[in-house]
Amino acid sequence: MHRREFLQYLGLAPLAAWSGGLALAAAPGTDYRRLLVLVELKGGNDGLNTVIPYADREYYRLRPKLGMARDQILQLDEQTGLHPSLSSWMPLWQSKELAVVQGVGYPQPNLSHFRSIEIWDTASDSDRYLDKGWLTQVFEQYPPPRTFAADGVVVGGSDLGPMAGGSTRAIALTSPERFLSQAARLENNAGNSRNPALAHLLKVEADIRQAAAGLRSAHAFRAEFPRSAFGNSLKAAAQVVAASRQVAVIKVSLNGFDTHSNQRNVQARLLKELSEGLVAFRSALMELERWSSTLMMTYAEFGRRPQENGSGGTDHGTANAHFLLGGAVQGGLYGERPALTGLDGGNLRHSVDFRQLYATATEKWWSLPAGSLFGGHYQPLTVLKI
Amino acid sequence: MRKLTVLLLWLPGIVLAEGMGDADARHLLSRTGFAPTATEIREFAALSRTQAVDRLLATVRTEPITPMPAGINDFMPLPKLRAMRQNATEEERKRFVREQIEKGLALRAWWLQEMRVTDSPLTERMTLFWHNHFVSSQQKVKSTALLARQNLLLRRHAVGNFGELLHAVARDPAMVVYLDNVSNRKGQPNENFAREVMELFTLGEGHYSEQDIREAARAFTGWSLDRNTGDFRFYRVRHDAGEKTVLGQRGRFNGDEVLDLLLAQPATAEFITAKLWREFVSPQPDPQELKRIANRFRDSRYDLRTVLRDLLTSEHFYAPGNRAVLVKSPVDLVVGTLRLFDIHPQDLRPAALATRNLGQDLLNPPNVKGWPGGEAWINSQTLLARRQLLSRLFRAEEMPGAAAAPAGDPQAMRLHRRGLQMTQDYRFQAQPWFSQFRGTAAQRQADMTRLVLATAPYEHIDASLETTALLSALVLDPVYQLK
Repeated sequence: MHRREFLQYLGLAPLAAWSGGLALAAAPGTDYRRLLVLVELKGGNDGLNTVIPYADREYYRLRPKLGMARDQILQLDEQTGLHPSLSSWMPLWQSKELAVVQGVGYPQPNLSHFRSIEIWDTASDSDRYLDKGWLTQVFEQYPPPRTFAADGVVVGGSDLGPMAGGSTRAIALTSPERFLSQAARLENNAGNSRNPALAHLLKVEADIRQAAAGLRSAHAFRAEFPRSAFGNSLKAAAQVVAASRQVAVIKVSLNGFDTHSNQRNVQARLLKELSEGLVAFRSALMELERWSSTLMMTYAEFGRRPQENGSGGTDHGTANAHFLLGGAVQGGLYGERPALTGLDGGNLRHSVDFRQLYATATEKWWSLPAGSLFGGHYQPLTVLKI
Repeated sequence: MRKLTVLLLWLPGIVLAEGMGDADARHLLSRTGFAPTATEIREFAALSRTQAVDRLLATVRTEPITPMPAGINDFMPLPKLRAMRQNATEEERKRFVREQIEKGLALRAWWLQEMRVTDSPLTERMTLFWHNHFVSSQQKVKSTALLARQNLLLRRHAVGNFGELLHAVARDPAMVVYLDNVSNRKGQPNENFAREVMELFTLGEGHYSEQDIREAARAFTGWSLDRNTGDFRFYRVRHDAGEKTVLGQRGRFNGDEVLDLLLAQPATAEFITAKLWREFVSPQPDPQELKRIANRFRDSRYDLRTVLRDLLTSEHFYAPGNRAVLVKSPVDLVVGTLRLFDIHPQDLRPAALATRNLGQDLLNPPNVKGWPGGEAWINSQTLLARRQLLSRLFRAEEMPGAAAAPAGDPQAMRLHRRGLQMTQDYRFQAQPWFSQFRGTAAQRQADMTRLVLATAPYEHIDASLETTALLSALVLDPVYQLK
């Protein structure tokens, strides 16, 4: 039995990976053992019907058809409640593992899906175009340990999003099994070249091989994942966590939130998928004893317009509510309850810059130095128990 | 001497005294077109470098060979579109959206077909170059008709005159929509076009001030489009005819005059020449040679034939250190593979989806800066997707039926249902293709390797490999991603 297998056998592999990486850690105290899981709500979830200011009469005036009946809302306090489809999250709310951040956005909001997600992915100002994702920017400055299987893994999509561009070791896969079978066909030929283009190709091949070597796992979870594409992604993500070597980030996404029409049914279904999926993922990570070292964060390109439209839906908007979940999260309400009067061109004003969420991940979660990673300093939220 | 050695190593074939030889011909044709066939290489090998470039420039086209799909040019008048939005039923709206998606896909497929069959690949490469320079994206423009018209405009000027192209693009309706000039009016200027025309289309960053942008924006006020025809239209009442100061010049400039001010700046010639250098020669321009070629470009009043001739006959173009140093774009890879292996699909929509899957959705560059290209084309996801595409194309047994859609991949399964997978239509005809190689097994292997790869394979190729097995090894070698 080799040393690694032996350690795996004892369930100590993550520790081994860490001790190997310690010497290469980017900055003193940097802690990439703590896993960040990003959950993208593609299409722009309607935050106002997710985290509902049910005591505000203006809400019901703006949403004559879509407004949620008060008796169905899961009350968080006397002003704010959750969409009923999120009921499986209430135990997490009670145990203070769920933080709700309202009013997340950025100045001069852009209402195009495409451009706005690019702004989120690159942590740029509204009028700046950056080629690299925000995590790429972070990892280029503070690389995760080389012993990790990869810096990050994107599950269930081809778009590297926040890990695009640059030299990040980011791997995209639909399932670990498929990735491993594709990667197996790569020649096992480490090497370099003086031709920079060829050298880049060889580096990417090496990244794939390293990830493949570290992502082999067939953990049998007791947790049951929802039978849906999103459920499959989360299961694949849990397999990645269970694998022999670590990663710093995992990204999953849930699609279909662009609810211009028939929002009531569509959003109810999606939020149910979201909440039940993440609860299953939490159970799986508790089996692995990783929940306390995992931070989950939702994001989306934008929220939706407070005033419902004529088709039983909502159009593109601005500020939005997002969630942080994890064993180290200090649950509760953060940010400001959206002011529904005094809208900006019909849209919500933001109270929390989305880059404050990113700074929470980099400074508080990973203990990276406070600095100007995103073209300026953004104040992290005090939303973690660490 | 070093060059000669490389030639001898890489080209034991015939080097005619006056001809450039196979290796140079292959290099020139793969950089200015898509992967060349053996026949094309032989034709050009007999020419000198100058003759070869002259031939390429003499045969550029201004009109496509492939007819555009019927109706793709039809612009839906905006009032009609608005009425439909308001009155359509849910069903009608869904059908409309589906039709729009189909139209967009048809236009992409048409363009790829043109690239596949054209006798002037350089025209297509330059049209694509301008598409990635004067970016307009369907994400924003929406109308397929306007993008189809823009494509015709770009190819008309593709190897013409840069100044004329710039003036034409500034009044191109797709551009007018894409960079918000439709809402650029006197008193309420929108600076988007004025900013990008300086930063990305002509001068490059650092050669203008914010004040220049504000003033220039006023000159383009009133440049908009006709709501019924989709044609360019100048609205005099929205135009700010007042005095402006742009790049130190003062006058009651209109938009055309501002464009001429930009063309008069040396920075413009250098910016465009450098971008062409990175497209055709190498990732890092040589500063002195660049300056020389840019000066001649400006002196020629922006004649694109002049600058291309200079770049493609430059010693740097053929320098050994600049061979096989460019990464094939997804379009290069897909179209080049179809051309090189004599694959003639009727329906190029699967190819359009393939390029999108590899990170290049034609008509939809990621932002106003276009695809960054180069090494950015290759990440773990796109590299595995490239390899998967190539191994599928050459795995004969999977082709005819290709029946089973990859389980667990919802996108692939959806495409499969809609008949948009690469199936029989993309079949590689192994026998006729392999029959072009003659002689001993070693000779056949050497010839095929030189045809398929831009430089020696990186992986060890076993001497026993022949035909399909050899071909698979070659296209899966990392060097196949280079040109």
